[in-house]
Amino acid sequence: MSALPILIILPLLFFAFIAALVGIWHQRLSRYMAVLGVTLALAAAAQGLLTVLTVGEQRYFLGGWPPPFGIEYVLDPLSSFMSLVVLCIGFFVVIYEPGAAFYQAPRKGIPVYPLLMLLLGGLTGVVLTGDLFNLFVFLEIYSLASYTLITLSGKRALVASFRYLILGTIAGGFYLLGVGFIYFATGSLNMADVASILPGICTSPAIMAAVALIVIGLSIKMALFPLHIWLPDAHSYAPPAIAAILASVQIEVAAYALVRMMLDVFQPYYLCNMLSINSVIAWAGAAGILFGSALAIPQRDFKRMLAYSTVGQVGYIALGIGLASPLGLIGALLHILNHAFMKSCLFLVAGGIRYQTGLREIPWFAGLGRRMPLTMAAFVVAALSMIGIPPTAGFFSKWYLILGSVDSGNWVFVTVILVSSLLNAVYFFGVIERVYAKPPAGYPEEVKAKDPPISVLAPILVLAAGVLGLGLINVVIVTRVLELVVASLY
Amino acid sequence: METYYSILPLAAVLVSLLAAGLITLSGRRPNIRESWTLLAGVVKFGIVLAMLPSVLQGRFPEITLFAISQGISLVLRADTLGIIFALSASFLWILASCFSIGYERGLSDHKQTRYFSSFAICLSATIGIAFSANLLTFVIFYEILTIATYPLVIHKETKEAIAAGRKYLVYLLTGGVALLAALALTFHTAGGTDFKAGGFLTMEAGTGMLMALFILFLVGFGMKAAVMPLHSWLPSAMAAPTPVSALLHAVAVVKAGVFGFARAFGFVMGPALLGEIGALNITAGLAGATIIIASLLAFSQDNLKKRLAYSTIGHLSYIVLGVAILSPQAWSGGLMHIVNHAAMKITLFFCAGAIYVTTHREKVSELNGIGRRMPFTMGAFALAAIGLAGIPPVGGFVSKWYLALGALDAGQTVYTVILLVSGLLNAGYLLSVVGRAFFMKSDNFTKFGEASLWMLVPLVITAVLSVLLGLFPDRFFHLYSLSAEVARSVFGGGL
Repeated sequence: MSALPILIILPLLFFAFIAALVGIWHQRLSRYMAVLGVTLALAAAAQGLLTVLTVGEQRYFLGGWPPPFGIEYVLDPLSSFMSLVVLCIGFFVVIYEPGAAFYQAPRKGIPVYPLLMLLLGGLTGVVLTGDLFNLFVFLEIYSLASYTLITLSGKRALVASFRYLILGTIAGGFYLLGVGFIYFATGSLNMADVASILPGICTSPAIMAAVALIVIGLSIKMALFPLHIWLPDAHSYAPPAIAAILASVQIEVAAYALVRMMLDVFQPYYLCNMLSINSVIAWAGAAGILFGSALAIPQRDFKRMLAYSTVGQVGYIALGIGLASPLGLIGALLHILNHAFMKSCLFLVAGGIRYQTGLREIPWFAGLGRRMPLTMAAFVVAALSMIGIPPTAGFFSKWYLILGSVDSGNWVFVTVILVSSLLNAVYFFGVIERVYAKPPAGYPEEVKAKDPPISVLAPILVLAAGVLGLGLINVVIVTRVLELVVASLY
Repeated sequence: METYYSILPLAAVLVSLLAAGLITLSGRRPNIRESWTLLAGVVKFGIVLAMLPSVLQGRFPEITLFAISQGISLVLRADTLGIIFALSASFLWILASCFSIGYERGLSDHKQTRYFSSFAICLSATIGIAFSANLLTFVIFYEILTIATYPLVIHKETKEAIAAGRKYLVYLLTGGVALLAALALTFHTAGGTDFKAGGFLTMEAGTGMLMALFILFLVGFGMKAAVMPLHSWLPSAMAAPTPVSALLHAVAVVKAGVFGFARAFGFVMGPALLGEIGALNITAGLAGATIIIASLLAFSQDNLKKRLAYSTIGHLSYIVLGVAILSPQAWSGGLMHIVNHAAMKITLFFCAGAIYVTTHREKVSELNGIGRRMPFTMGAFALAAIGLAGIPPVGGFVSKWYLALGALDAGQTVYTVILLVSGLLNAGYLLSVVGRAFFMKSDNFTKFGEASLWMLVPLVITAVLSVLLGLFPDRFFHLYSLSAEVARSVFGGGL
């Protein structure tokens, strides 16, 4: 038993409270506390990944109670990979300038950074826990934090957040119900334990209901088509930093939970009952890819366009999961990593533009390429990655997904992935064209525009460089980390 | 095939990438900025030239960079086919850069930094395409080329340019997507994507899969190679500045497309295999139709650049025809045409650009009598036109000769006829311009003289080069030997 798993979550929760206390006294310092907490957690996560790759799985029993009685936290290849992704993005968001992150510097008395820490803590907890109910607890922690953080943008955000709250709570409720059924049927809440008990009670209708409920609940959280309807509003109205975390990390943590449940917990059960949930998820993903990409095209609001784009990207991940083949899963996991970097870069660019010029809608972005060269350069890199142009990261995750689909002989999926690249090109090049080729319309905001200050620009540039770098070193990630993940799940 | 480790292929690709960075940083000092371009061009050509001796001996410099996907690495290798393309592209870039300097300064154009740095990145991608040793590396550089050329197509930022840019992207990205599918299927079928002379796919894959692959390659490469009906982005892309049209749309981008055909037909699938599944006939048919239709359409274009665009479409299909006929001579002819056509067409575009900068005329009908004021320019135009029509001693005759011989050899005389007819049509729509320029009178041009030396010297050089390539096909970089060697290896079974 090793303390490493809990050492990743603890700084986040601990510093959430410290930041809250310090914030009462001095607002600015709460952000520094948050930065400190995330840095510690990130260091622990990096150490965790290294340890898992060299030594092996690490487990921690909360309170010393061994499973199946106690709550267990597990660092295996998948969870250490995911926790590193979550905390990387979390780090960049936390160091991002608050004025750009939240549309305005947080007003006195609003514990923005503590809530952000709770959000990150909840996400990390979902990733690292090995207990079904504990997953629900952390799920709710981060959901509640996110509902609150979305509302910082004003009235419309309030409505969007409320809708998200209703649907998110339903999702959590479904998940909980499913866990309840599992508990009644197996008597255990520990994931590994349940996985070993399930083969013996394959045909139990309670388990079938549990599978359905859990998959649906997590699909809502993941915004898998057609259960995505809360996403466009929530992400377009959320403050840019929050939207960055939601779109790039929260969605993927939900996808992680789905992977964990389907491939780890239920896998033996599937084998003996031959449910075809995999193909349902893959087809829903394919539909989501086309739907999200197509609906992003007519959007005028930049963040709304990115939100619909996210629906499409979630489809890729779902397609990879549903392919039920090693290459497909590698593609999905690589896309989780790549999308986290690309999408957060894009949302932080949106924040930077809003901060510097107050502009939100694409038609008004004319001529910004000249005025904000570095920001727009980062945007172009991220956009090319979303379209899937090599050697950026996005090309490689799509490549593995295509290979996985070809391997499974599923030509429809191949066509969907390829066509969606073209659809993505339409709306991203629409912005690129506007930014670089159209002369500024003369609005005072455009004329005065220049690159935002380094506190805004630094995270954007590092993320964009990461998008390019991740593409070039994708083989290292695949062979060292992802293949281990796939081996442990198949 | 003998290969040895060498950093030169990588250096050739990276030189202009480095230059692009330096160009962006020197935006405020135009003279320094332009000197980066010229320096990079000379260095790049030098590096490519340095690899020529060993390639001629059959020893190919190769460098494996790093794994870019499971089981596939980024590998750059200067082989015979690649060096033909690389030599022509890098040499002509030097001339095109000189021309660009004259053109851009003559027009006091905007956003010159973006122009020159995009150009440099494009050349990096082009050399990367030339030296790719496997299909994945190829596709990566191919897609980079598409994106890197976009800023150049929309450079003028007029409505026409932006619309041309959109059309450009639609066509070329669709092609890229088809190519990606072909790549995935190739990897799935063969387990690897390394180029091998004579092809590495066999009938084992099944006719259905091979046909699917063929169609995907046809669409993927046919877009850049402007094979009809996938050609219409090319005339629209004439909205780009003339040096862009000259280098990219006569030498680099479109030649990357026909180069892709050569790679796919010679190094992935093999002519024998393609012949068996009937793919060669389909390709040759499309190419032949393109040649004739494009030549006919060229007549109806009054805009000089558009006329040259259709001419390019026709001539690209000469090369496609060359690799679609089951004969080594046709291959030789086609590959030689890559270089010959490049030299001749770039001359024509340079002339069009010189005329535009000096007189702001774009239409053929407005060019009466311009020969008297710009004799060197129109003289060069005439030389290149003669060559494109296939009249000796200019280079176009040599490549056409081998193409025609190859067609006869393979028993497909219809293509010999098509080549002859097209020669006549070429003479018609090009020499009529020359005729207008020298033999018709008008008072429009009394104020003008030749364009600046930055533009005049390159076009004279390329015109002279076209003639020299016709008189001494093997003297310059052993073009003939290289092409023949590629043909031999593709048909003879391996290098």
